[in-house]
Amino acid sequence: MKRGPTAQLANALLVNGLLVAAAAFALLPLAWMVSVSFMRPGEADSFPPPLIPSAPTLAAYRSLFAQHGMGRYFANSLFLASAATALSLTFNVAAGYAFAKLRFAGRDRVFQLLLVALVIPGQVAMIPLFLMLQKIGLVNNFGGVLVPAAAGVFGIFLVRQYALSIPDELLEAARVDGAGEVRIFRSIVLPALLPIMATLATFTFLATWNDFMWPLIVLSDERLYTLPVALASLSREHVQDAELMMAGAVVTVVPVLALFVVLQRYYIQGLLAGSVKG
Amino acid sequence: MKGGQAGWLFVAPALSVIGLFFAVPALAALALSLTDFDIYALADIRNLRFVGFRNYAELLANPLFWQALGNTLYFVVVGVPLSIAASLGAALLLESRLARFKGFFRTALFAPVVTTLVAVAVIWRYLLHTHYGLLNYALGALGVAPVDWLGDPRWAMPAIIFFAVWKNFGYNMLIFVAGLQTIPEDLYEAARMDGASALRRFWHVTLPGLAPVVLLVSLLTVAGYLQLFAEPYVMTQGGPQQSTVSLLYFMFEQGFKWWNLGTASAVAFLLFVMILAVTLVQLAVARRRGML
Repeated sequence: MKRGPTAQLANALLVNGLLVAAAAFALLPLAWMVSVSFMRPGEADSFPPPLIPSAPTLAAYRSLFAQHGMGRYFANSLFLASAATALSLTFNVAAGYAFAKLRFAGRDRVFQLLLVALVIPGQVAMIPLFLMLQKIGLVNNFGGVLVPAAAGVFGIFLVRQYALSIPDELLEAARVDGAGEVRIFRSIVLPALLPIMATLATFTFLATWNDFMWPLIVLSDERLYTLPVALASLSREHVQDAELMMAGAVVTVVPVLALFVVLQRYYIQGLLAGSVKG
Repeated sequence: MKGGQAGWLFVAPALSVIGLFFAVPALAALALSLTDFDIYALADIRNLRFVGFRNYAELLANPLFWQALGNTLYFVVVGVPLSIAASLGAALLLESRLARFKGFFRTALFAPVVTTLVAVAVIWRYLLHTHYGLLNYALGALGVAPVDWLGDPRWAMPAIIFFAVWKNFGYNMLIFVAGLQTIPEDLYEAARMDGASALRRFWHVTLPGLAPVVLLVSLLTVAGYLQLFAEPYVMTQGGPQQSTVSLLYFMFEQGFKWWNLGTASAVAFLLFVMILAVTLVQLAVARRRGML
Protein backbone atom coordinates (compact mmCIF):
# COMPACT_ATOMS: atom_id res chain seq x y z
CA MET A 1 0.00 0.00 0.00
CA LYS A 2 1.69 3.18 -1.18
CA ARG A 3 0.63 6.45 0.25
CA GLY A 4 0.75 9.79 -1.42
CA PRO A 5 2.51 12.90 -0.06
CA THR A 6 -0.82 14.30 1.15
CA ALA A 7 -1.46 11.29 3.39
CA GLN A 8 2.13 11.53 4.67
CA LEU A 9 1.63 15.19 5.53
CA ALA A 10 -1.66 14.47 7.29
CA ASN A 11 0.02 11.75 9.34
CA ALA A 12 2.92 14.02 10.26
CA LEU A 13 0.47 16.70 11.34
CA LEU A 14 -1.45 14.19 13.43
CA VAL A 15 1.65 12.81 15.19
CA ASN A 16 3.10 16.24 15.94
CA GLY A 17 -0.29 17.66 16.90
CA LEU A 18 -0.75 14.88 19.43
CA LEU A 19 2.76 15.49 20.77
CA VAL A 20 1.98 19.18 21.24
CA ALA A 21 -1.24 18.26 23.06
CA ALA A 22 0.61 15.79 25.31
CA ALA A 23 3.33 18.35 26.09
CA ALA A 24 0.64 20.92 26.93
CA PHE A 25 -1.00 18.39 29.27
CA ALA A 26 2.34 17.78 30.99
CA LEU A 27 3.48 21.41 31.23
CA LEU A 28 0.30 23.49 31.68
CA PRO A 29 -0.10 22.71 35.41
CA LEU A 30 3.51 23.83 35.96
CA ALA A 31 3.04 26.99 33.88
CA TRP A 32 -0.16 27.76 35.81
CA MET A 33 1.76 27.32 39.08
CA VAL A 34 4.36 29.90 38.01
CA SER A 35 1.74 32.33 36.77
CA VAL A 36 -0.44 32.19 39.91
CA SER A 37 2.61 32.60 42.15
CA PHE A 38 2.97 36.13 40.75
CA MET A 39 -0.65 37.13 41.31
CA ARG A 40 -1.73 39.47 44.08
CA PRO A 41 -3.39 37.81 47.11
CA GLY A 42 -6.85 36.46 46.28
CA GLU A 43 -6.57 37.08 42.55
CA ALA A 44 -6.66 33.39 41.58
CA ASP A 45 -9.98 32.91 43.38
CA SER A 46 -12.15 34.54 40.76
CA PHE A 47 -14.25 33.39 37.87
CA PRO A 48 -13.35 32.82 35.13
CA PRO A 49 -10.00 31.61 36.55
CA PRO A 50 -7.30 34.08 35.45
CA LEU A 51 -4.35 32.63 33.51
CA ILE A 52 -2.00 35.60 33.67
CA PRO A 53 -1.45 37.96 36.65
CA SER A 54 -3.01 41.35 35.93
CA ALA A 55 -0.14 43.12 37.71
CA PRO A 56 2.72 40.68 38.50
CA THR A 57 3.87 40.95 42.11
CA LEU A 58 6.30 39.17 44.42
CA ALA A 59 3.89 39.53 47.35
CA ALA A 60 3.39 35.79 47.74
CA TYR A 61 7.15 35.11 47.76
CA ARG A 62 7.76 37.91 50.24
CA SER A 63 5.15 36.54 52.61
CA LEU A 64 6.48 33.02 52.15
CA PHE A 65 10.03 33.92 53.13
CA ALA A 66 9.28 36.66 55.68
CA GLN A 67 6.36 35.07 57.54
CA HIS A 68 6.46 31.37 56.80
CA GLY A 69 10.17 30.59 57.13
CA MET A 70 10.61 29.29 53.60
CA GLY A 71 14.32 30.19 53.60
CA ARG A 72 14.96 27.80 56.44
CA TYR A 73 13.05 24.94 54.81
CA PHE A 74 14.94 25.54 51.59
CA ALA A 75 18.25 25.39 53.45
CA ASN A 76 17.15 22.20 55.25
CA SER A 77 16.22 20.50 51.99
CA LEU A 78 19.41 21.63 50.30
CA PHE A 79 21.55 20.37 53.18
CA LEU A 80 19.78 17.01 53.45
CA ALA A 81 19.82 16.34 49.71
CA SER A 82 23.53 17.25 49.46
CA ALA A 83 24.50 15.21 52.51
CA ALA A 84 22.50 12.19 51.32
CA THR A 85 24.21 12.45 47.94
CA ALA A 86 27.68 12.56 49.52
CA LEU A 87 26.88 9.57 51.76
CA SER A 88 25.35 7.55 48.95
CA LEU A 89 28.44 8.11 46.79
CA THR A 90 30.77 7.14 49.64
CA PHE A 91 29.02 3.87 50.49
CA ASN A 92 27.55 2.64 47.22
CA VAL A 93 30.41 3.26 44.81
CA ALA A 94 32.94 1.20 46.78
CA ALA A 95 30.44 -1.62 47.24
CA GLY A 96 29.25 -1.59 43.64
CA TYR A 97 32.83 -1.77 42.39
CA ALA A 98 33.71 -4.63 44.74
CA PHE A 99 30.67 -6.66 43.69
CA ALA A 100 31.69 -6.21 40.06
CA LYS A 101 35.45 -6.61 40.12
CA LEU A 102 36.85 -7.99 43.37
CA ARG A 103 36.68 -11.70 44.11
CA PHE A 104 35.76 -12.60 47.66
CA ALA A 105 34.07 -15.48 49.43
CA GLY A 106 30.26 -15.30 49.29
CA ARG A 107 30.21 -12.41 46.83
CA ASP A 108 27.57 -13.75 44.45
CA ARG A 109 25.39 -15.13 47.22
CA VAL A 110 25.36 -11.77 49.02
CA PHE A 111 24.63 -9.87 45.83
CA GLN A 112 21.69 -12.14 44.99
CA LEU A 113 20.35 -11.62 48.50
CA LEU A 114 20.52 -7.85 47.96
CA LEU A 115 18.55 -8.12 44.72
CA VAL A 116 15.86 -10.19 46.45
CA ALA A 117 15.60 -7.45 49.10
CA LEU A 118 14.48 -5.06 46.35
CA VAL A 119 10.95 -6.55 46.62
CA ILE A 120 10.61 -5.31 50.21
CA PRO A 121 9.02 -1.87 50.22
CA GLY A 122 10.84 0.66 52.37
CA GLN A 123 7.69 1.35 54.40
CA VAL A 124 7.89 -2.11 55.97
CA ALA A 125 11.06 -1.10 57.78
CA MET A 126 9.82 2.37 58.77
CA ILE A 127 8.12 1.65 62.09
CA PRO A 128 10.88 -0.46 63.71
CA LEU A 129 13.46 1.95 62.25
CA PHE A 130 11.63 4.84 63.88
CA LEU A 131 11.77 3.04 67.26
CA MET A 132 15.48 2.21 66.79
CA LEU A 133 16.35 5.79 65.90
CA GLN A 134 14.36 7.02 68.87
CA LYS A 135 16.51 4.87 71.15
CA ILE A 136 19.73 6.36 69.79
CA GLY A 137 18.39 9.92 69.74
CA LEU A 138 18.14 10.36 65.96
CA VAL A 139 14.41 11.08 65.86
CA ASN A 140 13.67 14.74 65.21
CA ASN A 141 17.20 15.02 63.93
CA PHE A 142 18.68 15.28 60.42
CA GLY A 143 20.70 12.14 61.14
CA GLY A 144 17.48 10.17 61.25
CA VAL A 145 16.54 11.36 57.78
CA LEU A 146 19.98 10.52 56.42
CA VAL A 147 20.83 7.05 57.77
CA PRO A 148 18.47 5.02 55.57
CA ALA A 149 19.55 7.05 52.52
CA ALA A 150 23.27 6.41 53.06
CA ALA A 151 23.43 3.10 51.23
CA GLY A 152 20.93 1.31 49.07
CA VAL A 153 20.56 -1.77 46.93
CA PHE A 154 19.61 0.26 43.88
CA GLY A 155 22.74 2.43 44.13
CA ILE A 156 25.01 -0.58 44.53
CA PHE A 157 23.33 -2.32 41.60
CA LEU A 158 23.67 0.77 39.40
CA VAL A 159 27.39 1.14 40.08
CA ARG A 160 28.04 -2.60 39.77
CA GLN A 161 26.46 -2.85 36.30
CA TYR A 162 28.63 0.02 35.11
CA ALA A 163 31.82 -1.19 36.82
CA LEU A 164 31.57 -4.56 35.03
CA SER A 165 32.85 -2.76 31.92
CA ILE A 166 36.20 -1.82 33.53
CA PRO A 167 38.80 -4.11 31.87
CA ASP A 168 40.31 -6.64 34.30
CA GLU A 169 43.71 -6.28 32.56
CA LEU A 170 43.89 -2.67 33.70
CA LEU A 171 43.43 -3.66 37.35
CA GLU A 172 45.77 -6.66 37.04
CA ALA A 173 48.52 -4.51 35.51
CA ALA A 174 48.30 -2.12 38.44
CA ARG A 175 48.44 -5.02 40.89
CA VAL A 176 51.55 -6.43 39.16
CA ASP A 177 53.13 -2.98 39.53
CA GLY A 178 52.55 -3.36 43.26
CA ALA A 179 49.67 -0.94 43.72
CA GLY A 180 47.39 -1.65 46.71
CA GLU A 181 43.64 -2.12 46.31
CA VAL A 182 42.82 1.26 47.84
CA ARG A 183 45.22 3.02 45.50
CA ILE A 184 43.82 1.16 42.50
CA PHE A 185 40.35 2.22 43.57
CA ARG A 186 41.35 5.85 43.90
CA SER A 187 43.51 6.28 40.83
CA ILE A 188 41.98 3.88 38.29
CA VAL A 189 38.48 2.90 39.32
CA LEU A 190 37.04 6.21 40.51
CA PRO A 191 37.99 8.13 37.33
CA ALA A 192 36.46 5.34 35.23
CA LEU A 193 33.25 5.45 37.28
CA LEU A 194 32.73 9.23 37.08
CA PRO A 195 29.76 9.06 34.66
CA ILE A 196 27.81 6.58 36.79
CA MET A 197 28.69 8.58 39.89
CA ALA A 198 27.04 11.59 38.25
CA THR A 199 23.98 9.41 37.62
CA LEU A 200 23.87 8.16 41.19
CA ALA A 201 24.37 11.67 42.55
CA THR A 202 21.53 13.07 40.44
CA PHE A 203 19.21 10.25 41.48
CA THR A 204 19.99 10.53 45.18
CA PHE A 205 19.73 14.30 45.24
CA LEU A 206 16.34 14.35 43.50
CA ALA A 207 14.98 11.43 45.54
CA THR A 208 15.98 13.01 48.86
CA TRP A 209 14.73 16.46 47.87
CA ASN A 210 11.35 15.02 46.83
CA ASP A 211 10.98 12.48 49.65
CA PHE A 212 7.98 13.00 51.88
CA MET A 213 6.83 10.13 54.08
CA TRP A 214 10.07 9.43 55.95
CA PRO A 215 10.95 13.05 56.83
CA LEU A 216 7.30 13.53 57.80
CA ILE A 217 7.65 10.68 60.29
CA VAL A 218 11.12 11.50 61.62
CA LEU A 219 10.98 15.30 61.86
CA SER A 220 8.44 16.74 64.28
CA ASP A 221 10.18 20.03 65.04
CA GLU A 222 8.93 22.60 62.55
CA ARG A 223 12.35 24.22 62.25
CA LEU A 224 13.75 20.98 60.83
CA TYR A 225 11.04 20.54 58.16
CA THR A 226 12.06 19.92 54.57
CA LEU A 227 10.28 21.74 51.74
CA PRO A 228 7.72 18.98 51.00
CA VAL A 229 6.88 18.51 54.69
CA ALA A 230 6.58 22.27 55.21
CA LEU A 231 4.47 22.63 52.07
CA ALA A 232 2.08 19.88 53.11
CA SER A 233 1.70 21.44 56.53
CA LEU A 234 1.21 24.95 55.04
CA SER A 235 -1.40 23.64 52.64
CA ARG A 236 -3.41 22.24 55.52
CA GLU A 237 -3.48 25.68 57.17
CA HIS A 238 -3.62 27.99 54.16
CA VAL A 239 -5.97 26.24 51.75
CA GLN A 240 -7.42 29.60 50.66
CA ASP A 241 -4.13 31.24 49.70
CA ALA A 242 -3.63 29.87 46.20
CA GLU A 243 -0.92 32.46 45.41
CA LEU A 244 1.07 31.67 48.56
CA MET A 245 0.85 27.92 47.97
CA MET A 246 1.88 28.24 44.32
CA ALA A 247 4.89 30.34 45.29
CA GLY A 248 5.80 27.56 47.73
CA ALA A 249 5.40 24.99 44.98
CA VAL A 250 7.65 27.05 42.68
CA VAL A 251 10.39 27.26 45.31
CA THR A 252 10.16 23.47 45.79
CA VAL A 253 9.85 22.32 42.20
CA VAL A 254 11.96 24.73 40.15
CA PRO A 255 15.34 23.72 41.65
CA VAL A 256 14.82 20.03 40.85
CA LEU A 257 13.39 20.77 37.41
CA ALA A 258 16.41 22.94 36.61
CA LEU A 259 18.77 20.28 37.91
CA PHE A 260 17.02 17.67 35.81
CA VAL A 261 17.20 19.72 32.62
CA VAL A 262 20.95 20.23 33.12
CA LEU A 263 21.72 16.64 34.14
CA GLN A 264 19.04 14.73 32.25
CA ARG A 265 21.57 12.67 30.30
CA TYR A 266 22.82 11.11 33.55
CA TYR A 267 19.37 10.80 35.06
CA ILE A 268 17.86 8.97 32.09
CA GLN A 269 20.87 6.68 31.83
CA GLY A 270 20.31 5.62 35.42
CA LEU A 271 16.59 5.17 34.96
CA LEU A 272 17.17 2.80 32.05
CA ALA A 273 20.00 0.94 33.78
CA GLY A 274 17.68 0.33 36.70
CA SER A 275 14.96 -1.20 34.57
CA VAL A 276 15.57 -2.44 31.05
CA LYS A 277 19.00 -3.92 31.53
CA GLY A 278 18.06 -5.20 34.97
CA MET B 1 46.18 -6.68 51.09
CA LYS B 2 44.76 -9.76 49.39
CA GLY B 3 41.84 -9.51 46.96
CA GLY B 4 39.43 -11.36 49.25
CA GLN B 5 39.99 -9.10 52.22
CA ALA B 6 39.79 -5.99 50.07
CA GLY B 7 36.44 -7.09 48.64
CA TRP B 8 34.84 -7.45 52.05
CA LEU B 9 36.42 -4.20 53.17
CA PHE B 10 34.85 -2.35 50.22
CA VAL B 11 31.36 -3.78 50.71
CA ALA B 12 31.31 -3.84 54.52
CA PRO B 13 30.27 -0.20 55.11
CA ALA B 14 27.35 -0.35 52.66
CA LEU B 15 26.24 -3.78 53.86
CA SER B 16 26.33 -2.61 57.48
CA VAL B 17 24.10 0.35 56.69
CA ILE B 18 21.64 -1.79 54.71
CA GLY B 19 21.66 -4.52 57.34
CA LEU B 20 21.28 -2.21 60.32
CA PHE B 21 18.81 0.31 58.89
CA PHE B 22 16.85 -1.84 56.46
CA ALA B 23 17.16 -5.62 56.94
CA VAL B 24 16.95 -5.63 60.75
CA PRO B 25 13.97 -3.22 60.91
CA ALA B 26 12.19 -5.08 58.07
CA LEU B 27 12.46 -8.33 60.04
CA ALA B 28 11.57 -6.53 63.26
CA ALA B 29 8.37 -5.33 61.59
CA LEU B 30 7.15 -8.91 61.49
CA ALA B 31 7.97 -9.38 65.18
CA LEU B 32 6.42 -6.03 66.09
CA SER B 33 3.21 -6.94 64.28
CA LEU B 34 2.78 -9.82 66.75
CA THR B 35 2.84 -7.48 69.76
CA ASP B 36 0.47 -4.88 71.21
CA PHE B 37 3.08 -2.12 70.90
CA ASP B 38 1.20 1.12 71.63
CA ILE B 39 1.64 4.45 73.41
CA TYR B 40 2.06 2.67 76.76
CA ALA B 41 4.84 0.46 75.44
CA LEU B 42 6.40 3.56 73.93
CA ALA B 43 6.56 5.07 77.41
CA ASP B 44 7.70 1.87 79.13
CA ILE B 45 8.75 -1.19 77.20
CA ARG B 46 7.57 -3.46 80.07
CA ASN B 47 4.00 -2.81 78.92
CA LEU B 48 4.75 -4.71 75.71
CA ARG B 49 2.91 -8.01 75.25
CA PHE B 50 3.11 -10.77 72.67
CA VAL B 51 -0.37 -11.16 71.19
CA GLY B 52 0.16 -13.63 68.35
CA PHE B 53 -2.00 -12.87 65.35
CA ARG B 54 -4.46 -10.67 67.23
CA ASN B 55 -3.47 -7.53 65.29
CA TYR B 56 -4.17 -9.33 62.03
CA ALA B 57 -7.49 -10.68 63.30
CA GLU B 58 -8.50 -7.19 64.44
CA LEU B 59 -7.51 -5.70 61.11
CA LEU B 60 -9.66 -8.21 59.25
CA ALA B 61 -12.57 -7.21 61.49
CA ASN B 62 -11.98 -3.47 60.96
CA PRO B 63 -14.19 -1.97 58.21
CA LEU B 64 -11.77 0.94 57.70
CA PHE B 65 -8.98 -1.53 56.89
CA TRP B 66 -11.17 -3.16 54.23
CA GLN B 67 -12.08 0.27 52.91
CA ALA B 68 -8.39 1.21 52.70
CA LEU B 69 -7.62 -2.06 50.95
CA GLY B 70 -10.51 -1.54 48.52
CA ASN B 71 -9.47 2.06 47.81
CA THR B 72 -5.86 1.01 47.20
CA LEU B 73 -6.93 -1.79 44.85
CA TYR B 74 -9.23 0.65 43.01
CA PHE B 75 -6.25 2.97 42.55
CA VAL B 76 -4.08 0.10 41.29
CA VAL B 77 -6.62 -1.67 39.07
CA VAL B 78 -7.75 1.51 37.30
CA GLY B 79 -4.60 3.59 37.64
CA VAL B 80 -1.98 1.12 36.43
CA PRO B 81 -3.58 0.24 33.04
CA LEU B 82 -4.37 3.93 32.41
CA SER B 83 -0.81 4.99 33.28
CA ILE B 84 0.74 2.27 31.13
CA ALA B 85 -1.54 3.08 28.20
CA ALA B 86 -0.60 6.77 28.46
CA SER B 87 3.10 5.87 28.67
CA LEU B 88 2.90 3.55 25.67
CA GLY B 89 0.94 6.08 23.62
CA ALA B 90 3.45 8.82 24.38
CA ALA B 91 6.38 6.50 23.61
CA LEU B 92 4.90 5.50 20.23
CA LEU B 93 4.44 9.18 19.34
CA LEU B 94 8.00 10.03 20.39
CA GLU B 95 9.44 7.12 18.40
CA SER B 96 7.38 7.85 15.30
CA ARG B 97 9.54 8.67 12.29
CA LEU B 98 7.29 11.63 11.64
CA ALA B 99 7.87 13.25 15.05
CA ARG B 100 9.83 16.53 15.15
CA PHE B 101 11.73 18.14 18.06
CA LYS B 102 12.00 14.78 19.83
CA GLY B 103 14.46 16.03 22.45
CA PHE B 104 12.17 18.85 23.51
CA PHE B 105 9.08 16.66 23.65
CA ARG B 106 10.87 13.96 25.59
CA THR B 107 11.99 16.44 28.24
CA ALA B 108 8.58 18.12 28.39
CA LEU B 109 6.67 14.85 28.80
CA PHE B 110 9.12 13.64 31.44
CA ALA B 111 9.10 16.88 33.47
CA PRO B 112 6.20 15.90 35.82
CA VAL B 113 8.16 12.80 36.92
CA VAL B 114 11.00 14.79 38.49
CA THR B 115 8.73 17.31 40.20
CA THR B 116 8.14 17.06 43.94
CA LEU B 117 5.01 14.97 44.55
CA VAL B 118 3.76 17.10 47.43
CA ALA B 119 4.17 20.35 45.48
CA VAL B 120 2.38 19.16 42.35
CA ALA B 121 -0.37 17.56 44.45
CA VAL B 122 -0.93 21.03 45.91
CA ILE B 123 -1.13 22.48 42.38
CA TRP B 124 -3.69 19.90 41.32
CA ARG B 125 -5.77 20.60 44.38
CA TYR B 126 -6.38 24.05 42.92
CA LEU B 127 -6.73 22.85 39.32
CA LEU B 128 -9.46 20.49 40.56
CA HIS B 129 -11.24 23.17 42.60
CA THR B 130 -15.01 23.14 42.05
CA HIS B 131 -15.42 26.88 41.39
CA TYR B 132 -12.04 28.34 40.47
CA GLY B 133 -10.33 25.25 39.04
CA LEU B 134 -9.19 25.22 35.43
CA LEU B 135 -10.46 21.68 34.85
CA ASN B 136 -14.08 22.53 35.65
CA TYR B 137 -13.71 25.76 33.66
CA ALA B 138 -12.55 23.82 30.60
CA LEU B 139 -15.30 21.23 31.08
CA GLY B 140 -17.80 24.06 31.50
CA ALA B 141 -16.83 25.31 28.03
CA LEU B 142 -17.91 21.88 26.77
CA GLY B 143 -21.20 22.16 28.62
CA VAL B 144 -20.33 19.89 31.55
CA ALA B 145 -21.69 21.00 34.94
CA PRO B 146 -19.05 21.64 37.66
CA VAL B 147 -17.88 18.50 39.46
CA ASP B 148 -16.75 18.62 43.09
CA TRP B 149 -13.72 16.46 42.26
CA LEU B 150 -12.07 16.19 45.65
CA GLY B 151 -15.23 16.69 47.74
CA ASP B 152 -17.43 13.99 46.22
CA PRO B 153 -16.72 10.42 47.36
CA ARG B 154 -17.49 9.13 43.86
CA TRP B 155 -14.99 11.45 42.18
CA ALA B 156 -12.13 11.83 44.67
CA MET B 157 -10.34 8.60 43.72
CA PRO B 158 -10.82 9.09 39.95
CA ALA B 159 -9.36 12.59 40.37
CA ILE B 160 -6.35 11.20 42.25
CA ILE B 161 -5.89 8.58 39.52
CA PHE B 162 -5.98 11.29 36.86
CA PHE B 163 -3.35 13.22 38.80
CA ALA B 164 -1.20 10.08 39.20
CA VAL B 165 -1.30 9.41 35.45
CA TRP B 166 -0.15 12.98 34.81
CA LYS B 167 2.65 12.68 37.37
CA ASN B 168 3.96 9.25 36.37
CA PHE B 169 3.39 8.47 32.70
CA GLY B 170 6.74 9.96 31.65
CA TYR B 171 8.71 7.41 33.64
CA ASN B 172 7.42 4.31 31.87
CA MET B 173 7.37 6.25 28.62
CA LEU B 174 11.18 6.40 28.67
CA ILE B 175 11.42 2.67 29.39
CA PHE B 176 9.06 1.98 26.47
CA VAL B 177 11.10 4.24 24.18
CA ALA B 178 14.21 2.21 24.99
CA GLY B 179 12.23 -0.99 24.43
CA LEU B 180 10.90 0.18 21.07
CA GLN B 181 14.42 0.89 19.90
CA THR B 182 15.36 -2.77 20.38
CA ILE B 183 12.68 -4.04 17.95
CA PRO B 184 14.49 -4.69 14.65
CA GLU B 185 13.45 -2.41 11.80
CA ASP B 186 13.41 -5.46 9.42
CA LEU B 187 10.32 -6.81 11.17
CA TYR B 188 8.43 -3.63 10.37
CA GLU B 189 9.71 -3.68 6.79
CA ALA B 190 8.59 -7.28 6.33
CA ALA B 191 5.15 -6.48 7.75
CA ARG B 192 4.87 -3.49 5.43
CA MET B 193 5.80 -5.66 2.44
CA ASP B 194 2.99 -8.01 3.45
CA GLY B 195 0.64 -5.04 3.33
CA ALA B 196 -0.03 -4.94 7.09
CA SER B 197 -1.77 -1.77 8.25
CA ALA B 198 -0.29 0.40 11.00
CA LEU B 199 -2.71 -1.12 13.51
CA ARG B 200 -1.78 -4.69 12.52
CA ARG B 201 1.92 -3.84 12.65
CA PHE B 202 1.41 -2.49 16.19
CA TRP B 203 -0.50 -5.64 17.20
CA HIS B 204 1.77 -8.22 15.57
CA VAL B 205 5.23 -6.60 15.70
CA THR B 206 5.34 -3.86 18.32
CA LEU B 207 3.36 -5.47 21.14
CA PRO B 208 5.06 -8.91 21.03
CA GLY B 209 8.44 -7.18 20.82
CA LEU B 210 7.58 -5.05 23.85
CA ALA B 211 6.06 -7.87 25.92
CA PRO B 212 8.99 -8.29 28.35
CA VAL B 213 9.15 -4.51 28.84
CA VAL B 214 5.38 -4.32 29.43
CA LEU B 215 5.73 -7.03 32.07
CA LEU B 216 8.59 -5.25 33.80
CA VAL B 217 6.80 -1.91 33.68
CA SER B 218 3.55 -3.31 35.06
CA LEU B 219 5.44 -5.02 37.87
CA LEU B 220 7.16 -1.79 38.88
CA THR B 221 3.99 0.26 38.51
CA VAL B 222 1.75 -2.09 40.52
CA ALA B 223 4.34 -2.21 43.32
CA GLY B 224 4.64 1.57 43.23
CA TYR B 225 0.90 2.27 43.12
CA LEU B 226 0.23 -0.08 46.05
CA GLN B 227 2.30 2.43 48.05
CA LEU B 228 -0.16 5.30 47.52
CA PHE B 229 0.27 7.83 50.33
CA ALA B 230 1.22 11.45 49.65
CA GLU B 231 -1.59 12.10 47.15
CA PRO B 232 -4.43 11.47 49.63
CA TYR B 233 -2.38 13.03 52.47
CA VAL B 234 -2.09 16.33 50.60
CA MET B 235 -5.16 16.40 48.37
CA THR B 236 -7.98 14.88 50.41
CA GLN B 237 -6.63 13.82 53.83
CA GLY B 238 -8.27 10.47 53.16
CA GLY B 239 -11.71 11.96 52.60
CA PRO B 240 -14.41 12.55 51.62
CA GLN B 241 -16.07 9.79 53.66
CA GLN B 242 -12.76 7.90 53.73
CA SER B 243 -13.01 7.28 50.00
CA THR B 244 -9.29 7.94 49.51
CA VAL B 245 -7.80 6.33 52.63
CA SER B 246 -5.07 4.08 51.23
CA LEU B 247 -3.30 1.23 53.01
CA LEU B 248 -0.25 3.37 53.73
CA TYR B 249 -2.40 6.29 54.82
CA PHE B 250 -4.18 3.92 57.20
CA MET B 251 -0.80 2.61 58.41
CA PHE B 252 0.49 6.15 58.95
CA GLU B 253 -2.57 7.16 60.98
CA GLN B 254 -2.52 3.97 63.04
CA GLY B 255 1.21 4.24 63.67
CA PHE B 256 2.03 7.90 63.99
CA LYS B 257 -1.28 9.50 64.92
CA TRP B 258 -2.65 6.87 67.35
CA TRP B 259 0.70 5.21 68.11
CA ASN B 260 -0.70 1.71 67.54
CA LEU B 261 2.65 0.59 66.23
CA GLY B 262 1.83 -3.13 66.46
CA THR B 263 -1.25 -2.70 64.28
CA ALA B 264 0.60 -0.41 61.89
CA SER B 265 3.37 -3.01 61.50
CA ALA B 266 0.76 -5.62 60.64
CA VAL B 267 -0.56 -3.33 57.89
CA ALA B 268 2.96 -2.78 56.57
CA PHE B 269 3.62 -6.50 56.56
CA LEU B 270 0.36 -7.23 54.70
CA LEU B 271 1.35 -4.62 52.13
CA PHE B 272 4.67 -6.39 51.65
CA VAL B 273 2.91 -9.75 51.20
CA MET B 274 0.66 -8.20 48.55
CA ILE B 275 3.60 -6.73 46.63
CA LEU B 276 5.42 -10.04 46.83
CA ALA B 277 2.34 -11.95 45.64
CA VAL B 278 1.77 -9.62 42.69
CA THR B 279 5.42 -9.92 41.69
CA LEU B 280 5.39 -13.71 41.88
CA VAL B 281 2.14 -14.00 39.90
CA GLN B 282 3.44 -11.73 37.17
CA LEU B 283 6.72 -13.65 36.96
CA ALA B 284 4.83 -16.95 36.78
CA VAL B 285 2.64 -15.64 33.97
CA ALA B 286 5.71 -14.46 32.11
CA ARG B 287 7.40 -17.83 32.49
CA ARG B 288 4.36 -19.70 31.22
CA ARG B 289 4.20 -17.47 28.17
CA GLY B 290 7.90 -18.03 27.59
CA MET B 291 8.85 -14.39 28.01
CA LEU B 292 11.61 -15.05 30.50
